[in-house]
Amino acid sequence: MQSFTTLTAPACPLGLANVDTDQLIPARFMKRSRAQGYGGFLLHDLRFDEDGRPRRAIPLDEPRHAGARILIARRNFGTGSSREAAVYALWDYGITCVIAPSFGDIFASNAVKNGLLPAQVSEADAETLLGLLADGGSLTVNLEALSITVTGTNTTEHHGQRFTFVIDPVRRLQLLNGWDDIDLTLRHTAEIADYRANRATSQPWTFPEPGMPSQAWNIRGAKGRLRP
Amino acid sequence: MNAAPRTLFDKLWDEHVITVREDGETLLWVDRHFVHEGSHHAFRKLDERGAAVAEPGLTFGVADHYVPTRGRPVIADPEVAGMVERLSGNAARHGFRLFGLDDPAQGIVHVVGPEQGLTLPGLLIVCGDSHTSTHGAFGAYAFGIGASEVAHVLMTQTLWQRKPKRMRISVSGRLGPHVSAKDLALHVIASIGTNGAQGHALEYAGTAISALSMEGRLTLCNMSIEAGARCAMVAPDETTFAWLAGRPHAPSGAALAEARARWLALAGDPDAEFDRDILIDGNAVAPTVTWGTSPEDALPITGSVPDPEAMPADAARRAYVAGALDYMGLAPGMPLEEVAIDRIFIGSCTNARLEDLRAAAAVLRGRKALVPGLVSPGSSLVKRQAEVEGLDRIFIAAGLTWADSGCSMCVGMNGDLVASGERCASTTNRNFRGRQGLGARTHLMSPAMVAAAAVTGRLTDVRDLPPLEG
Ligand code: SF4
Repeated sequence: MQSFTTLTAPACPLGLANVDTDQLIPARFMKRSRAQGYGGFLLHDLRFDEDGRPRRAIPLDEPRHAGARILIARRNFGTGSSREAAVYALWDYGITCVIAPSFGDIFASNAVKNGLLPAQVSEADAETLLGLLADGGSLTVNLEALSITVTGTNTTEHHGQRFTFVIDPVRRLQLLNGWDDIDLTLRHTAEIADYRANRATSQPWTFPEPGMPSQAWNIRGAKGRLRP
Repeated sequence: MNAAPRTLFDKLWDEHVITVREDGETLLWVDRHFVHEGSHHAFRKLDERGAAVAEPGLTFGVADHYVPTRGRPVIADPEVAGMVERLSGNAARHGFRLFGLDDPAQGIVHVVGPEQGLTLPGLLIVCGDSHTSTHGAFGAYAFGIGASEVAHVLMTQTLWQRKPKRMRISVSGRLGPHVSAKDLALHVIASIGTNGAQGHALEYAGTAISALSMEGRLTLCNMSIEAGARCAMVAPDETTFAWLAGRPHAPSGAALAEARARWLALAGDPDAEFDRDILIDGNAVAPTVTWGTSPEDALPITGSVPDPEAMPADAARRAYVAGALDYMGLAPGMPLEEVAIDRIFIGSCTNARLEDLRAAAAVLRGRKALVPGLVSPGSSLVKRQAEVEGLDRIFIAAGLTWADSGCSMCVGMNGDLVASGERCASTTNRNFRGRQGLGARTHLMSPAMVAAAAVTGRLTDVRDLPPLEG
């Protein structure tokens, strides 16, 4: 997994509330393989019409926000469908941090697993940042310090202004270290095996097909396989 | 001994703990893992590691999201055919049970699981689909996960989680005539907002909930994700057990007696505490419809489209409402009952079970629909039973299309789409922009309310249009 420590980059004020994952990537594009790249589908139907012609420029498309890697949005970003493709679309477009007052739970989890930082700020700070970045500019997001600093806007007046954000402490560590869940899980194969054996004895009805093979504690092909 | 009183969710959580890390991350055992055609990203991750599916006996595949609802078994779209084939291929290769297109029990994953008795009280159930919360209706801990987590479960049958906070919504009284679980769900979401239950495991309680059928509880738990809840649940009771009796994969005989004792003990202890506790008056819930582009944009059918100009204090809210009305093509202040519709859809994991089809058919019996519409049963078994009961003939006589089972027009992945600018009265769960098709305008409501709208061609209070006699 990709790690995240600090990022200094152009930040784009998206300014929308309730940006659900259906908007982040419409369902019809999810048939494609990731290798084809999902960046072109980001917020597709807001930006393009049926035939793929530009329909409405959203801030991301404006030259003053070119090269944005940080997105600032209003409440409830990434709500809705569990599609991880929403994160792929952001990531493939180049966005590695989203700042918003709240996030859909599954989206936030998916984001971290792909190295994308969901930085939660207060409603007031989100409004301030949306205003400050309206004409373009850049921010420095520091995951170690949980801070967002204005590093470049038209007027120097606000340079150095600092905001704080929150993220679940475990997710923060995962992002900082780029930990891979599966590698962590493999340290517990003995406990998994014990749990399974116990469950199969105490509540056998939880295994509807008892004859089926099981290898929960014997994961093939995993790198750095750990002995129980 | 630890004798602190525990909620239903506390008990479900505790029962699945394999180990707790120092940082509080907990490794949980997964009892059921449902996968569908859309899970292809996760299988790719599995292949990249050269890993096998850890527990094929606890993994179940369902073809639902992309499958056509007409003209089966032919799949005209080669991309879709490829996806369904990929799922079949993965099922064959990894040796798990697949409810494929040709299976008599095929259907929407959240309908098939309960129907097959694969969904049981006390289980931890996951699926790469946010509406997995549906299964909590049985007193299970069920939640949607993303592709990376799907891959993790495939490889290990476990998942790392942090314990969510606990929230209870108690619904007192009883829902009125023609008021359903869907109305209650929309009422709840409108009351607490789309992030009102964020970070919480939600438990429903109270007299109005006990009185709900299993179908109603499934609808309610299904929609809870739209209030931001991580999962939702109802404690198992006699209604639950009666529904499970005789299901193919549910325990029977001596195992059932043992299981029942376990299931009854899942109910929360009387003094157990919740992080948030909310009271809703069930008697006050009216037939409810959405007017905007988020499920929280819901009002009683007797209400009017909100006016952004009447919200001077909140600029962001004003802009949001104005944007939603623009997309929906609605004028501020317009009575909801005057909103004319172009088509209807009855389907989805929210409202396409037998009870839902019966409720819609009761309104449509002996009447004609003024607009076209599609009825897609929640599963192929629901379809067959509906046909035994003659519901299909009522829909067809009303002028609607009776289709096969799948996600269909709920998400429009299979080609069942609402045309751009068209307005659809829909039993689904999301009225997001473009959810039912590019530019589609969706109004969410109950099956009976959709049927009423079909009959009049506009949003309609079903209480004014009761079933015809005879
Ligand atoms: S019916 Fe709709 S909400 Fe339900 S699983 Fe299918 S796409 Fe998701």
